[in-house]
Amino acid sequence: MKAFATLFTSLDQTTKTNAKVAALAQYFRTAPDDDKLWTIALLSGRRPKRGVTTTLLREWAAERAGIPLWLFEECYPIVGDLSETIALVLPPAQQQSERSLTDWLSIVRDFGKHDVAVKKQQVLDAWDSLPAVERFLFNKLITGGLRIGVSQKLMTRALAQAIEVEEATLAHRIMGDWTPDTTTFEDLILTDDPTADASKPYPFYLAYQLEDLDALGDPKDWSAEFKWDGIRGQLIIRDDQHFLWSRGEELITDRFPEFAQVPDFIENGTVFDGEILAWDFDQDSPLTFNALQKRIGRKTVPKKLLKEAPAILYAYDVLEYQGQDVRNQPYQTRRTYLSELIGSVPDTAPLRLSATLEFEDWQTLADLRDTSRDRNAEGLMLKNAQSPYLAGRKKGDWWKWKVDPLTIDAVMIYAQAGSGRRANLFTDFTFAVWNGNQLVPFAKAYSGLTDAEFRKITAWVRKNTQERFGPVRSVKPQHVFEIAFEGIQSSPRHKSGVALRFPRMSRWRHDKPISEANTLDDLKAMLETYG
Amino acid sequence: MVLEFRRQGIYCPAGDFFIDPWRPVDRALITHGHADHARDGMKRYLATEAAAPVMRHRLGQIDLETTPYGHETRIGDAKVSFHPAGHVPGSAQIRVEVAGEVWVVSGDYKTVDDGFSEAFEPVPCHAFITECTFGLPAFSWTPQQQVTDEIHAWWAKNQAEGRFSVLGAYALGKAQRILASLDASMGPILTHGAIENTNAVLRAQGLSLPDTIHVTPDTNAKDYPGALVLATPGGMGGPWMRRFPGASTAFASGWMALRGVRRRRSADRGFVMSDHADWEGLNTAIKATGAERIFVTHGYTSVFSRWLTEQGFDAGIVETEFEGENLDPAADEVVE
Ligand SMILES: [Zn+2]
Ligand SMILES: [Zn+2]
Repeated sequence: MKAFATLFTSLDQTTKTNAKVAALAQYFRTAPDDDKLWTIALLSGRRPKRGVTTTLLREWAAERAGIPLWLFEECYPIVGDLSETIALVLPPAQQQSERSLTDWLSIVRDFGKHDVAVKKQQVLDAWDSLPAVERFLFNKLITGGLRIGVSQKLMTRALAQAIEVEEATLAHRIMGDWTPDTTTFEDLILTDDPTADASKPYPFYLAYQLEDLDALGDPKDWSAEFKWDGIRGQLIIRDDQHFLWSRGEELITDRFPEFAQVPDFIENGTVFDGEILAWDFDQDSPLTFNALQKRIGRKTVPKKLLKEAPAILYAYDVLEYQGQDVRNQPYQTRRTYLSELIGSVPDTAPLRLSATLEFEDWQTLADLRDTSRDRNAEGLMLKNAQSPYLAGRKKGDWWKWKVDPLTIDAVMIYAQAGSGRRANLFTDFTFAVWNGNQLVPFAKAYSGLTDAEFRKITAWVRKNTQERFGPVRSVKPQHVFEIAFEGIQSSPRHKSGVALRFPRMSRWRHDKPISEANTLDDLKAMLETYG
Repeated sequence: MVLEFRRQGIYCPAGDFFIDPWRPVDRALITHGHADHARDGMKRYLATEAAAPVMRHRLGQIDLETTPYGHETRIGDAKVSFHPAGHVPGSAQIRVEVAGEVWVVSGDYKTVDDGFSEAFEPVPCHAFITECTFGLPAFSWTPQQQVTDEIHAWWAKNQAEGRFSVLGAYALGKAQRILASLDASMGPILTHGAIENTNAVLRAQGLSLPDTIHVTPDTNAKDYPGALVLATPGGMGGPWMRRFPGASTAFASGWMALRGVRRRRSADRGFVMSDHADWEGLNTAIKATGAERIFVTHGYTSVFSRWLTEQGFDAGIVETEFEGENLDPAADEVVE
């Protein structure tokens, strides 16, 4: 575990990407294979099942530290991280352990097999034999929350440097449905076997928000389509099976049983990229995101819901065609394959071809974009006709051109401290609009301000707290913020009767007194128009 | 009551004086020269001899009387004496005795001997008014020698990479404590103006610090390859830093014990070094006074007083105007 802790410390001590990659590459050059495999697993979001509840960990830590549980709980929000709080309150380790990362992880993985007394002894022994950083990491392995500021992409780059295999090849090898228990470093990373795992997806290509329309040049070089608000998904048909992946690299095949029929219409060796949408088959148009939301997070789907909110893949690209990886072929060629594949499936199948928009000039396109909100679309996607399908977020070939967010001016009425990096700042705020002379809360927002602004508002909150309710403080109504959001829907669960999508603080309206904040009627009018 | 808590600060009716008041009063007894304790606008001040030069440097022309540590002064019906607090050079706990009852105001203190400030001495008393800036069991300081080794290792690594080492620390106390612990033979040590001014004041009162080079607008950083640069936290964020391109940056503060704070300061390194007592230090100091009544101030007061109550003390909270401010290290220039 020492080598892994050293790696963690060097990653934690720098904000510079190159230094991070160098530290990781160094680790990949020297660590034993099983530790490397676990490191790849952890940095690609594959963690052992949690075998001990955090409630137990808190109790054990307080007991070992000789402090009452309430005092431990007071430390937690200030430290901002449970694993770190435990590591800090415990007395210094009395022993030393030479166990490797893999050894510790097998202990953590096997917690589920033991009763509580055994687990407790194992955890206490670990705490008593690990120095501070390793103790913190051990806790992170148990709770499954290890984040060390390295994206999968950076990890892949470092691994590519260390073992001299191309980055894109590695990115593909690392994807799919594996755990360190089902494969080895040799098989997964070093062996070239494209058919090893039929479920393996390709890395998603992610678009940036468009900055400068004029920089795109000739409209003829570009293809445009509406951007619908669903779940980005990759649908794989291989070996007469189908697999559905979300952008978060989660295998979600079982949550959308409607796709089981796809292998009947689509030949093996096909991979689609598209948006999973809830679909109105009568109107042949998307339902609102609200409908799809009911499906998200449900591992099993009741029949009724399948009927109410049937899902389809709104396909806009094909990455594998006739068993060949076609990502390097031009977008327009891939579109030809795509139309051909989807053109032959019946209307009852859960597949639709994303329609491309006709436009001669940018103004026509801008006008079309203005109709997005009325169509329940988020805006437009622009894709260069000659572009290959890249991996990850890259500028240049794909752009999202979203409609401007809706905004409303609201009064801050509650504040709550953030967590982690922002544990000592107030970052979570509740906002209200006027209903007569009452302020009605309608949204929580926690992003959009600069660190300097957060510091400023934090100092203000401390001096202007009216009441404390646990971690939440009510503050003097004095500050007006512009809240930007992507959508609005009615919500009987909320006091205001509305719920917003992606609310964030877009501007601190120092220029506005609270009397000029918007009203509940303004919100209701927006609901009427856009809900 | 020997001492009362008033709007202006801690007050002694028997002697008609205040301790570390935050509003103008006639007579102020000052524990040490930090801005949240030694404020402008008092008619008369009383502080230790060792605290006086810095107070004069910071507050200008003031009516300041001084006393050596341990010397008893009579003020009205109160007997008053100052005792080392180990926080910064010249810092004191103030002992007030009225009709045989003894109260002690800790000011800011730390219990470990940093080898630079006068070492903390427990003062037996009936009631103890203690700070608790780091009054949570999550705070446990790294031994000073280990921190010094870490700083040296960081400096050496940067030298090997041809980079400057810019270390942020408070201008009064922390900066000099670090200076005094550094191995000056490793390379040149440069200082920000605010730190160098304090260095000059402390050197003039006979304290020993290694040689330092004051960074002025004319300073060419290239003349000092491999230098360690001591900067104020404020200076580190500003244009002053531009003269040290590519430098590795670090902060030295107790808050660096928290990963979240370390990351938010976005320096390359954080050294855990505080001039306040950690959890263990606070609890030890409180027990050593033998006091039954404890008042807590400056920090995690509600948590800490609840803990003390459960330990059998008669504990209360002294509200200050600046409660909680030290949660935000961006503001800690004023709270050390
Ligand atoms: Zn101080
Ligand atoms: Zn202070």
